Amino acid sequence: MFRDATPWAAADKKGKPMFDAFDAEVLARMQFAFTVAFHIVFPAFTIGLASFLAVLLGLWLTTRERVYLRLFDFWKTIFALSFGMGVVSGIVMSYQFGTNWAAFSDKAGPVIGPLMGYEVLTAFFLEAGFLGIMLFGRKRVGEGLHLFATLMVAFGTLLSATWILAVNSWMQTPAGFAINEVGQFVPVDWWAVIFNPSFPYRLVHMVLAAYLTTALVVGGVAAWHKLRGRDVAEVHRMFTMAMGMILVVAPIQIFAGDMHGLNTLEHQPAKVMAMEGHFESHPEGAPLILFGLPDQEAQTVRYAVEIPKLSSLILKHDLNAPLAGLDTIPRDEQPPVPIVFWSFRVMVALGFAMLGLGGFALVQFLRGRLHHSPWLHRYALAMGPMGFVAVLAGWVTTEVGRQPWTVYGHMLTADSLSPVSAPAVGASLVAFVVVYFLIFGTGVFYLLRLMARLPEVDEQELVDAPIRTAGITPGPANPEPAKETPHAL
Amino acid sequence: MPFDLASLPLAYVWAAIIAFAVLAYVIMDGFDLGIGILFPLFPEKHDRDVMMNSVAPVWDGNETWLVLGGGGLLAVFPLAYATILPALYAPLIVMLLALIFRGVAFEYRWRTDSRRWDAAFFGGSITATFAQGIALGALVQGIRVENRAYAGGWFDWLTPFSLMTGVALVLGYALLGACWLVLKTEGGLRDEARHMARRALAGTLAGMGVVSLWTPFLQLGYLDRWFEWPTMIFSFIVPALVAGMALLLWRGLQRGPDWQPFLCALGLFVLGYAGVGISFFPWMVPFALTIEQAAAPQSSLVFMLAGAVVLLPMILAYTAYAYWVFRGKIDPEEGYH
Ligand code: HDD
Ligand code: HEM
Ligand code: HEM
Repeated sequence: MFRDATPWAAADKKGKPMFDAFDAEVLARMQFAFTVAFHIVFPAFTIGLASFLAVLLGLWLTTRERVYLRLFDFWKTIFALSFGMGVVSGIVMSYQFGTNWAAFSDKAGPVIGPLMGYEVLTAFFLEAGFLGIMLFGRKRVGEGLHLFATLMVAFGTLLSATWILAVNSWMQTPAGFAINEVGQFVPVDWWAVIFNPSFPYRLVHMVLAAYLTTALVVGGVAAWHKLRGRDVAEVHRMFTMAMGMILVVAPIQIFAGDMHGLNTLEHQPAKVMAMEGHFESHPEGAPLILFGLPDQEAQTVRYAVEIPKLSSLILKHDLNAPLAGLDTIPRDEQPPVPIVFWSFRVMVALGFAMLGLGGFALVQFLRGRLHHSPWLHRYALAMGPMGFVAVLAGWVTTEVGRQPWTVYGHMLTADSLSPVSAPAVGASLVAFVVVYFLIFGTGVFYLLRLMARLPEVDEQELVDAPIRTAGITPGPANPEPAKETPHAL
Repeated sequence: MPFDLASLPLAYVWAAIIAFAVLAYVIMDGFDLGIGILFPLFPEKHDRDVMMNSVAPVWDGNETWLVLGGGGLLAVFPLAYATILPALYAPLIVMLLALIFRGVAFEYRWRTDSRRWDAAFFGGSITATFAQGIALGALVQGIRVENRAYAGGWFDWLTPFSLMTGVALVLGYALLGACWLVLKTEGGLRDEARHMARRALAGTLAGMGVVSLWTPFLQLGYLDRWFEWPTMIFSFIVPALVAGMALLLWRGLQRGPDWQPFLCALGLFVLGYAGVGISFFPWMVPFALTIEQAAAPQSSLVFMLAGAVVLLPMILAYTAYAYWVFRGKIDPEEGYH
């Protein structure tokens, strides 16, 4: 994975033995990739789920159909658990920049720091402040304020995505800065910093990805219950809502992804060359390589299956447009091609599989068989976790494709590292791996168990009932807890 | 005439805001970490459930101040962030991992009958606290910086002094936690909490005493600050206020209203924090970087401040509202949260 041609020599400048620097850098990159990949899984789900919960609550308050309230309670518990995992893994992220990437923090801090600061001030506090009320406060604040709190949590997750993507996009396509005498990036035009060239595309693409991911999970859970013959009203409603969402969002996402790619071609051509596997330049029309084995050493794609001229058509809207290849990029500035090439294909394939799911659901709906189609339900179940896979594949494409740069074109990853030694980073990496698998493995187990329950509550009026809860998550609601059930408390 | 933000001594304004964020973190997460530290002393499941529920709706907000402390430092004092974090590498990683264990325990412990997550809650809380105390001590000792980078060794943070500050912080958070329980609970649990608060108070005062007497002898700079005119005045004022506050707390535990001990414990923390602040000023990273040296370029400071002056009051307002919604004693019968 790290066989790429990154100029390790740069680390040598610091006067450390070269291999020491090499190891610490590789380990720090692995640590960042590992922790952020774990983190992103939870926001990708909770951004969508928070909006879904707000919609469910709004539907309940306007239609007074009890199904919506039950669904709200069902997903609320799952949300609380996922959100908790998102928070603790996120806190790790905000300290990683300093522990492992101190040189980067010193130099880029003046630009990205304020953006992340605004994320804390506008988004994290908003989420955390209203989360308690959303989860435990329905009885205490009344329905209107409870809906307001839920909306604030959902809004907070979207704001959070906006700021952190502004940060990430700035690192991809930096703009609006100058460099001062000590080598720091100094913001000169905040508008240009935030609305840097790739930001709008990335934001749209990521938010849609989160919505798709959530819809796929909701649909997958509903399909699972259907396949087991538990075909209650809640499951019906859930399935319909999820399929509708996928039907609408999947095509938009493919369109957005295409626009994103064109933007990348303009600003980070080397990344697109890696995604396409174009080692050679094609002066008159480049082929689309469907599959093949990119070989960076030999600078060629082995066993390539290609469609002539299609790449030029997609990227330039002209069959014969010339496209430059990686032969125009110095070896030490090429990203690791095989990773980018494959992760991109995984994402795109899943995008089309989602489109297929939406289409199949539409066909079955028109035939009146949406709820009686085991094949559709199996398909939906299989796609349940695929949003996560696509999100991770997308991020790997983006981030690995940016290498060897941290701030594209300006700061090398090799120059971003903290003055830490390999054993230190290695030890912490091992600790993270062990703890994350233990903690989040258990969490996922609990989540699956929650999803496997049927969404149900007891017969009585829920709204008036005191909600008995446990932890962040409310326990089963019960109108007269003192009499009926032994206390969980 | 419009007020011009850029005319303020921005680096100092920001130092004050960051200091406030860290203090807010210390006292708010302090009491919920304290609840975790006290967990083994309350073996009854019922008591533990009540303790957990007393902080469940607010702990996430409390911990967000930690993110503001870290993220804010990166934004306005990037050089401090880039030198302090590598210097405190090991304690910080341990703290982060410990916070994961206790953070997920809020949810996980209701999903199983096993007491595993109670143990994780206790272990995570006490480890995170100890690591924070060590980090504080290591910072007070000073950090070696050369060429805009941390230049010390891998274990520089580990000294008898930093271990002492670690212990002192554990005792202090236990005190906050116990006083919070006095405020939020009733009956036997509250009586037990009063009892523990007394012991924790004695421990906290001892810890504060040792750390305060030790600090001036760590570095000449601190000695001058505390034993030279005119800053020497603090050497009388701060201890006197601490003594007064401790007395009030003690009396509150004997017979005062239930809110008195908690308020006094907060007061103690504010005073202790002020003491550290007096030692530090004007350093951002003691004896290596001053507040001005560590500050980000003006455009970063202005941009952040413009938002912070509006957003921080809003945050304080809705945080207060959230606390208000869940005010009063925890009613185990109702169990609303
Ligand atoms: C705020 C900025 C930011 C954000 C939102 C992300 N990353 Fe990133 N990523 C970085 C900032 C960064 C970084 C600090 O800049 C790293 C560390 C070393 C480097 O070159 O870039 C990096 C490296 C990095 C690498 C290692 C690349 C390599 O060494 O070849 C991977 C695989 C990822 N990231 C994956 C992700 C994933 C899955 C993300 C999804 C959330 C993600 N990144 C979000
Ligand atoms: C390196 C990059 C990142 C850092 C430093 C980071 C930091 C954090 C932190 C500190 C938290 C906890 C906030 C709290 O205390 O409430 C958090 C949660 C969150 N993050 Fe990230 N994050 C990163 C990447 C991302 C990305 C790429 C997204 C989405 C596009 C994202 C979206 C969220 C959301 C929505 C939450 C709320 C909790 C949740 O929904 O699980 N983050 N993040
Ligand atoms: C088939 C259609 C799709 C196309 C053509 C496409 C295109 C792209 C491109 C070109 C990038 C890299 C942009 C860059 O770094 O410059 C990207 C990134 C990404 N993709 Fe896709 N994508 C598609 C489907 C999906 C789907 C279905 C998901 C998830 C459900 C997804 C999630 C992501 C994510 C999370 C990123 C990283 C963040 C970003 O750069 O926006 N993509 N996509």
